[in-house]
Parts: sequence; C-alpha cells; structure tokens
Amino acid sequence: MPVDIDIAKVARLARIAITEEEAAEYGAQLGDILEHAARVQALPTDGVPPTAHPLPIANALRDDVIEPTLDREEVLAQAPERDGDFFKLPPFLEDS
Amino acid sequence: MSDPADLTISAAGALLRSGDLSAVELLEAVLRRASMTEAILHAFLTIDSAGASAAAAAADEAFAAGDDLGHLHGIPIALKDNMVTRGIETTCSSQILSGYIPPYDATVVERLKAAGAVIVGKTNMDEFAMGSSTENSAYGATRNPWDPDRVPGGSSGGSAAAVSAGSALAALGSDTGGSIRQPASLTGVVGMKPTYGLVSRYGLVAFASSLDQIGPLTRTVDDAVTVFEAIAGHDPSDATSYPGPVPDVRTALDGGVAGLRVGVVRELWGEGTDPEVAAVCRRAVDLLADAGALVSEVSLPSLEYALSAYYLIAPAECSSNLARFDGVRYGLRRAGSTVEEMMASSRHDGLGPEVTRRVLLGTYALSAGYYDAFYGQAQKVRTLVIRDFAAAYGDVDVLISPVSPTTAFKIGERTDDPLAMYLSDVCTIPSNLAGDPGISVPVGLDSGGLPIGLQVLAPALGEAVLFRVAKAVESLAGSDARPALATSEGAA
Repeated sequence: MPVDIDIAKVARLARIAITEEEAAEYGAQLGDILEHAARVQALPTDGVPPTAHPLPIANALRDDVIEPTLDREEVLAQAPERDGDFFKLPPFLEDS
Repeated sequence: MSDPADLTISAAGALLRSGDLSAVELLEAVLRRASMTEAILHAFLTIDSAGASAAAAAADEAFAAGDDLGHLHGIPIALKDNMVTRGIETTCSSQILSGYIPPYDATVVERLKAAGAVIVGKTNMDEFAMGSSTENSAYGATRNPWDPDRVPGGSSGGSAAAVSAGSALAALGSDTGGSIRQPASLTGVVGMKPTYGLVSRYGLVAFASSLDQIGPLTRTVDDAVTVFEAIAGHDPSDATSYPGPVPDVRTALDGGVAGLRVGVVRELWGEGTDPEVAAVCRRAVDLLADAGALVSEVSLPSLEYALSAYYLIAPAECSSNLARFDGVRYGLRRAGSTVEEMMASSRHDGLGPEVTRRVLLGTYALSAGYYDAFYGQAQKVRTLVIRDFAAAYGDVDVLISPVSPTTAFKIGERTDDPLAMYLSDVCTIPSNLAGDPGISVPVGLDSGGLPIGLQVLAPALGEAVLFRVAKAVESLAGSDARPALATSEGAA
C-alpha cells in the first residue's frame, strides 16, 4: 500500500516552497516510491549493525599547518547580494 | 590515417610521440566532431575551446622540448559538470547553479591538468546526478549517438555520449548508483567505478557522500586503466579518501582469465532483464569459460532489497547535502521578506522535479518518527549486502552480471514513472552500497543495433583483478562497433 505522507510538513522541513498541485503530485509519487522502499522492513535485521559508510575510516586528521585558502574576492564575487565582505540576506525574523 | 577523433588514448599517444600527430591537430579533430554532432546530441554544457587550445599548444611545446608528462599528455578529456573547474561555469545541470563560476579546481581536475590532459569542456548530466537518462537536465536532454531518439543513460550521459561520438577521447563521470556504468553500457563505451575512497571527491558536488565515486569513461579497458592511474590516490582534502596505496593495475592486466573464479550473480539476471541482453551477456560468460575461467552461479539474497535500501540512503544523504543550495552564498536567489521565505522560494525555482522529489523523500526518511523504520533499517540492509558480497568473494574472484536490464530506451519513455526509471540501476546499485569497484565493458549489440554492456564486479581494492577480467572480456567478447553518428558521413 502506498505510504501516506504529510507532504506540506516535509516540504517545510526541506525549505522548498511548493504549490498545492505540486504537493498532490509529489505526495502520490513519493507514496509509491516509499511503498517499494518499505520492502527493506521485510528483511530480519535483529542484531545487524547499521552501515553509514563503506570505509572503516574515522577522524581523518592532518597536521595543523596554515595553507592557502580560497581568494575572498573570488568567493564573494559569486554572492547573490553582498555588503562589503559580508553576504547580505533578508531579515531572519519578520518585523513585529 | 582515420579521423583522429576516433583514436584511443594509447593510439593517439603513440602518434603524438612519433610526431605523426600534434596535440593541436588532435584537439581540432575532436572539436570538429563536436561541432558536427552537438546540435543533435547535446553532450556538452560548456566547450572551453580557448582553454583547450592553449593546453594543446602547451603540450606540443612540451613534447618538442622533450618534456613528456605521460599517457594523458595532450589527450582531450571531458568532465561531467559536477566537478568544479576554476573560472569555468559549473552547474550540475541545475538552474540553482546557473552562472556559478567556481573559485577552485576539483582534485581530479588538478590531477588531469598536472598530467598534461587537455580539458575539452563540461558535459551534460541529470541534475545533481539524480537520474538514469540525462533527461533531468535543466538545459535539455542529451541524446544517444547510436539512436538520437533514445537516451544515453545517466546520470553521466553527456560524458558517455561525448566519448561514444568522438567529441573527447575520454571523460570523467561520477557513479552513485550506476551513473558511470549504465550510460557506458547504453552508449557502447567502457565505464569504471573505482573502490569508494580511491579517487578524491574534493570538488565533486556531493549527491550522496557515502556512495559517490568519480571514474573514467573511455573506448577501451587500457584507456580506463590509464585514466584511473592518473586520478586515483590519497587526497588530504577529502576526509573519506583511502590513505593506503593505489592497487597496481598494470602488472597483471594481460594475465587472462584461465584459472580465475567467476561468479554469475543469480539475482541480477532475473525477471525484468531483456532476453537479448541476457543472451549477449551469457555468450560473453561462455567465452570466458572457454578461455579457462572457472564459472559458477552464486546467490546474494540481500540484493533483492538493495534497490529499496538505496532509495532511502541516497535521498537521505542528498537531502542533507543539497541544503547548501539556499541562495545565500552563490547561485540563484529569489526575493523573500524573510530569509526562510527567500530560501524556500529560491529552492522551489532552482531545483528541478526529480531533485525536489529526492530531497523530499530523504527529508521524510530522516524525519522524527520515521527514521528507524526507513533510514535506520536501510542502513542495516546495507550491512547485509556487504556481508553477502564478502561471502561471495570467499568463493570467487569476480562477479558478473548485465549492467542494465535493457538497452537504451526512448526519450520520454520513463519520465512519468520515477520508479520505472529507478529500476534501470538495479544491477549497479549494490556495489555502491558495498563501496566495491565495477566496470562496464561493451560485449555486443541487440537486434536493433543498440549496445549492451557486461558488468564485472570485484571486492574493495580489487581493481587489479577487475581490470584484468575486463580486458579479457574485451578481447574475447568485445564489440568494435561504432555509432553511425561518430563518422563524418553519419554526422554530415
């Protein structure tokens, strides 16, 4: 059975504005995909540890030496809006 | 001499060193091929003629001065547009990165440049590498050189089409669930996914970080070895880079398959595999057996669940990785009265439907209340897949299957049914979950004249036996057929 999803809530969590039409379409498609994906629940996995990563590497460290970094001007040149050396954004809170 | 655009890297290298061909002439042939075919194929998003010409001229000067940088010196190579290139637009085929000029080169780009390679341009792809047909590009689909009504596969479809058509001698792609091997199969070229961690991901725009791996698309197995050697190796800039030595893939390359144990994977030849694909692949396996390989059938029961696990793990990682595209530091920004409104609106307009689907899917799979049932369970299934592979490699040296259940499908055929599109990758996804290497080698055509690839899989760091068996497959069962579009007559 297709999985029922609160698509508006998920879209809000993902910070993607979607229209009601899009919500209906994505909701139906994701329901079908999740029905297929839910097959993973059919496999018994008691005592099986999860794998997050195929390589057994943890905490790759390097010596703390100063190396060249990206050019600030080159980086800020890509900003949609800037103010001096800052990225400029709309307010985080609405005016009360 | 035939058109230099059709040369392999090794053949071109010999001519460059004998003085019978210059790097500038070779590049001109490749650019001429691109100019004849691009109006139909659309393999490239950007062709950097000026940069490539300068690099080719520099290669010729170096050769004249006796300064030879090795196999890739003077060789025209294309890059999938998810590898950042300093000063050259990098979009990942997404509107949200339209006009983005990266301030640095990916490690693989640095390595190719250091090896003297000539970077032709950036190839089209499914947006952020999500797709199996290169139809999910914000800049239009790429078409298959064997039949322009059909897809080249994906997501590295532009790289595959460019190599197949002769618009580059080789290309780099990225493979998260089959995105190098499947398009290689559908366009009749060699495509190889290395062991996870052997090639640096620094500067590869991340889709699913625990699965992504860069690798070569070439016309021959020898050429794949050459490109692999140039790009593999530890990189301190990638915390998931493998710190040990790169396997020696050259010494035993021509060792053949006599005495090697080859396992045919039962679960990857099942229902859904086109009978012609199965027959052509089976014939290749029979030829390996005739050459002395010890062929047996093996079963990896958890592979039945690999696709389902993948479509939870990859979207989960993508929903996290793609959070960085928020209109703040680069890329598309839409107006909004608050920062959240700006982000939501920018992401709505900047991300295409398949990317949005996967971000939503991943967000759901990771959200409170569903995490254990979906993402957590998928990670446990991933462990079972890894165990099944480990058990199989206790009995055999390599595993064999088709790359794709079908040959190239028609443009538009699967775009309305995401699940049907996902099934294109059923044979390639398991090795991404395990982190193991795999390769697609062309082994023939179907009755409609479309290419079929055979997949060879090996355990992690098993590149030596992988390339060795792939080369044997190529010499015993390989197909020399070339697409009509790759000839000047066909393209004219």
